[in-house]
Amino acid sequence: MKNIDIKRLLYTHLLCIFSIILSIFIPSVFLENFSILETHLTWLCICSVFVTAVNLVLYVVVKPSASTKRSSLSYKVTRFLKCCIYFLMSCFVFHVIFVLYGAPLIELVLETFLFAVILSTFTTVPCLCLLGPNIKAWLRVFSRNGVTSIWENSLQITTISSFLGSWLGAFPIPLDWERPWQVWPISCTLGATFGYVAGLVISPLWIYWNRKQLTYKNN
Amino acid sequence: MRLGCGAFAAGCVAVEVLGVALFLRGFFPPPVRSSSQPEPPAAPEPSAGASSNWTKLPPPLFGKVVVMLIDGLRDDFVFGSKGVKFMPYTTHLVEEGASHSFVAEAKPPTVTMPRIKALMTGSLPGFVDVVRNLNSPALLEDNVVTQAHAAGKRVIFYGDETWVKLFPKHFVEYDGTTSFFVSDYTEVDDNVTRHLDKVLKRGDWDVLILHYLGLDHIGHISGPSSPLIGRKLSEMDSILMRIHTSLQSEERKALSPSLLVLCGDHGMSESGGHGAASLEEVSTALLLTSSAFSRKPGEVRPPERVQQTDLAATLAVGLGLPIPQRSVGRFLFPVVQGRAMREQLRLLHLNAVQLSRLLHASSPAYEREPGFEQFKMAERLHGNWVRLYLEDNNSEVLHNLGAKVRRQYLGALKTLSRAVSSQVAQYDIYSMVVGTTVVLEVLTLLLLSIPQALGAAAELEVPLSPVCSLLFYLAFLLLWAMHVVVCTSAESSRYLCSLAWPMAGGVLALVSALLCGVLSTLTRTCVDGKLLRRNPTPSSWRWSELDFLILAGTVGHVLSLGASSFIEEEHQTWYFLVSTLCLALCHESYRACFLGDSGEPRRGSSPASALQDRSVHCDVLELDQARKSPSSLDRLGSREKYMVLASPWLVLGCCRLLRSLNQTGVQWAHRPDLGHWLTSSEHQAELSILSALSLLAIFALVQSRCSPLSKGALALGLLGVYCYRTATGHLLSPWQQDSKDLSRGIIEARFVYVFVLGILFTGIKQVLKSQVLAADAPAKTVGLWDVHSALVLLAALLFRPHNLPVLLCSLLIQTLMARFIWRPLGHGAAEVTVMHCWFGQAFFYFQGNSNNIATVDISAGFVGLNTYVEVPAMFLTAFATYAGPVLWASHLVNFLSWEPSSGSALGRACFCYALLSSVPVSAYIVLVTALRYHLFIWSVFSPKLLYEGMHLLVTAALCLCFTAVGRAGTKADAGRIARC
Repeated sequence: MKNIDIKRLLYTHLLCIFSIILSIFIPSVFLENFSILETHLTWLCICSVFVTAVNLVLYVVVKPSASTKRSSLSYKVTRFLKCCIYFLMSCFVFHVIFVLYGAPLIELVLETFLFAVILSTFTTVPCLCLLGPNIKAWLRVFSRNGVTSIWENSLQITTISSFLGSWLGAFPIPLDWERPWQVWPISCTLGATFGYVAGLVISPLWIYWNRKQLTYKNN
Repeated sequence: MRLGCGAFAAGCVAVEVLGVALFLRGFFPPPVRSSSQPEPPAAPEPSAGASSNWTKLPPPLFGKVVVMLIDGLRDDFVFGSKGVKFMPYTTHLVEEGASHSFVAEAKPPTVTMPRIKALMTGSLPGFVDVVRNLNSPALLEDNVVTQAHAAGKRVIFYGDETWVKLFPKHFVEYDGTTSFFVSDYTEVDDNVTRHLDKVLKRGDWDVLILHYLGLDHIGHISGPSSPLIGRKLSEMDSILMRIHTSLQSEERKALSPSLLVLCGDHGMSESGGHGAASLEEVSTALLLTSSAFSRKPGEVRPPERVQQTDLAATLAVGLGLPIPQRSVGRFLFPVVQGRAMREQLRLLHLNAVQLSRLLHASSPAYEREPGFEQFKMAERLHGNWVRLYLEDNNSEVLHNLGAKVRRQYLGALKTLSRAVSSQVAQYDIYSMVVGTTVVLEVLTLLLLSIPQALGAAAELEVPLSPVCSLLFYLAFLLLWAMHVVVCTSAESSRYLCSLAWPMAGGVLALVSALLCGVLSTLTRTCVDGKLLRRNPTPSSWRWSELDFLILAGTVGHVLSLGASSFIEEEHQTWYFLVSTLCLALCHESYRACFLGDSGEPRRGSSPASALQDRSVHCDVLELDQARKSPSSLDRLGSREKYMVLASPWLVLGCCRLLRSLNQTGVQWAHRPDLGHWLTSSEHQAELSILSALSLLAIFALVQSRCSPLSKGALALGLLGVYCYRTATGHLLSPWQQDSKDLSRGIIEARFVYVFVLGILFTGIKQVLKSQVLAADAPAKTVGLWDVHSALVLLAALLFRPHNLPVLLCSLLIQTLMARFIWRPLGHGAAEVTVMHCWFGQAFFYFQGNSNNIATVDISAGFVGLNTYVEVPAMFLTAFATYAGPVLWASHLVNFLSWEPSSGSALGRACFCYALLSSVPVSAYIVLVTALRYHLFIWSVFSPKLLYEGMHLLVTAALCLCFTAVGRAGTKADAGRIARC
């Protein structure tokens, strides 16, 4: 049972990674002069769309969370709308946090906002897919001993590693190497992406490694 | 013997300060003050075989020399678009006149006094001269002014007072203007110009030196792009025109050409400061004008880049004086281009001989230097040339050969000059190693005693066993033997060897005592560890996310010191860490409010260990009471609960606001910020309103805990601060609209000082009283808060008006954090200390400081003082610079003494504080030693080293205060424990 779950987890994660790789290579077929660094904003949009789509598809196909009892259409629609609102809110919250961290307030607004969008894609979208618009559940998952399934565990790991990646991504900005990727927010978005990918890779392995120790309340 | 961990930490930091001082003494060797060698006779002209009779110095090239030094004259002010626009006459001279223009490169530190020394001696002053910039003793090194004075030339000087201090008896006439009132930029220059007419008419002088300060002052006030700059440049241009026309008319009478030198001492960064090594700060304009210079019409030459030190040799040559002995420059060859070939070669030879003598003195293997070989070659050729010349040979052959010799000499001079300049930095490795050893031993001691100090007892065992003393004597003997060996084999000067032997012995005894301490602590830790492994007790400490963040932040900051960019932008590191800290606190508070899970005590009270000691038991009980977070959260009303949730965001907002108040660092320093906007003259009304509001809010935040007496004093004091700023003309005053006469606010400032001292006195009196009575806890907290408010008042007086919001935000954040974060969430003393430390560091940079000497606000040292008095000025400047960390530390004392069991908490806090500042210092010292030949060592790493040293000194003073207060706390605790 558990091993099957871990395998499913691994495959879904591989699909997510694959979607990021696709977002790097597919646009260069259709768009001229596409490169991650020079047309960074385009790549951010495309990557965000790809990852969101893959997440949604996986959610529909795999159905990791326990099936909800009520499944009327209106409930689903309100749920979906709520999710959209949550996503937008998280984008704005991230934007505010970046500004509080020192991102320019007036200049480069679009860049900062797209960074917020991509970080929301890596963190909020999986949360919404898995936990739904339920703040209490989120807080539970992101506190100690709060996870109740391997899905939540992997969610915890990928989210934290995305945050950590974007946090570490800010480090090279003050260095005087004068590389194109040191410009705000490229290093942070790249850091977030690397963190997300690393989280996707690490979490199945970590869960597999610790499968004996891990006991979930519900399983 | 047992020692409280506070006292232990304070002692450790005090010893560490000694170590760092020793290291600094070795790292910044003091420049050679006295020229011990007598002046060598002028070298005779080389002549191969034939007898040349020219052994004297060549005659002066110019009859009169005027040096017009404009402080902060960046190259583009003369040669760039600004020069074309505002300095038409100078531009005319540069483009068409008989002149030579250069861009002279100043070496860091680009501060006035070392630059004057460089201009006049031609040598590179040591870095320590920056610190002595404020208090300059007479210049004893060989220099142009002394030589001119000795040769009987009449030197007149008008301008910056620094010159008068450097050359106290050399000028036949002088008028020094003080440069410390930076806000004045008209009068300083008028004081120089008013003498000009008289002096130019009189003409009974040989050298005239003018030093104009106004341009630099404008740069400090409003930066290089201000409209005031243009006006000042036009003024300077008209002065230059006056001097030049007067000299030209004089020349027609006297028939000897005169030289007019226009130069700057340093440049100006984009924000208007100077001191570091950016291109804008080191590039200065240099223009030499004389009718003796020939120039083809229509010839346009871009200004050549030369070294600033070249001017000393040029002036010496121009005046017919020997080149200063320690000059590393080569004279500017275009100056002598019009002279006869024999004279040109003679002058080149003299300069080369001087440089090779300097090389000989500084490097033992001078004969193998390429420059020296080139010089010998040139000298041989020169001899041949002189023989041919004396034999009256064919003029064309002679000319061609002469040109070859000249080329050879110029090449040799270039190489020699470079070789000599690079030999300036000589480190005293022995002192550095001893200093580093002391610092590292102290650090090891501190690190090893972490478990004990942060344990329940917060006390440490001091080892005084016979084994230890035996070890001590052995180590001491060994070190003494080493010392003797090192000192007898030494070639260069070593500071420790030049000390009297009891002093050196004391240092060595300290090193060995520390070694013994480290070893005994290490063995005890090992024994304890074995014991623990044999009967393992469940580890009661659980790491929270916050602890991880604290550890990662500290380690990350230390690692970041290895990169010069991170040092330049260190403020970013602290802002980043503080923001992350706020988010972590936010996470914690949300969890506590919604899930209530942080109630599980992080430091579980294991009853077995708690019962070991009664006092510990008492302590733990009290701690547990303080840590019942769910209950303390539940106790809060819903409004307060919202405040708990909102306060991290408020703190973050405050930090973001302050961040845009003062742009500092290097990369983004030129970006517009609120501080510049506020200080510009058209926004004086806004600045006045903001300052008034800030002062009101500061009063509102501070007064609630003050004793009634100091409450009144505080109100009057803050009013006095506003009056002081209106008197100095920074702010608008609502009651007297048209007072044009700006006094310097001496009376107002002294009025505030009286209140500061009064509040401080009442506070200390109350603390002492509670210490004597040993039970009066509330009196003590009130007294401590009085001391805190006195410090706040002093900071409000010393801060520039646009920085008052920094003070306000610091108080606001302190109040918010104390009421809604630290107390409800029940953070331990160690965590609270670390957070105070981080915020203190961040506020150091919020004030506009950076790791660059140029940002130190020296004007704070003159608040309320008529003249420069060294001790108060230094103290006030240091306090104004470190106001952020000091205020946070004083808040820490207050916060911890509100808690029960403040004695041990203060001890722990003191220990953490000491540890947090000694870890970066030790790491940095090791790092700087490793990087001592790095390209940026003087521009980036050395200023940071000075800052670190100063920070450690401040920490030591704070730790002593902590211990003094903590002692009172332990006494009170002892009383309580006796009852309990």
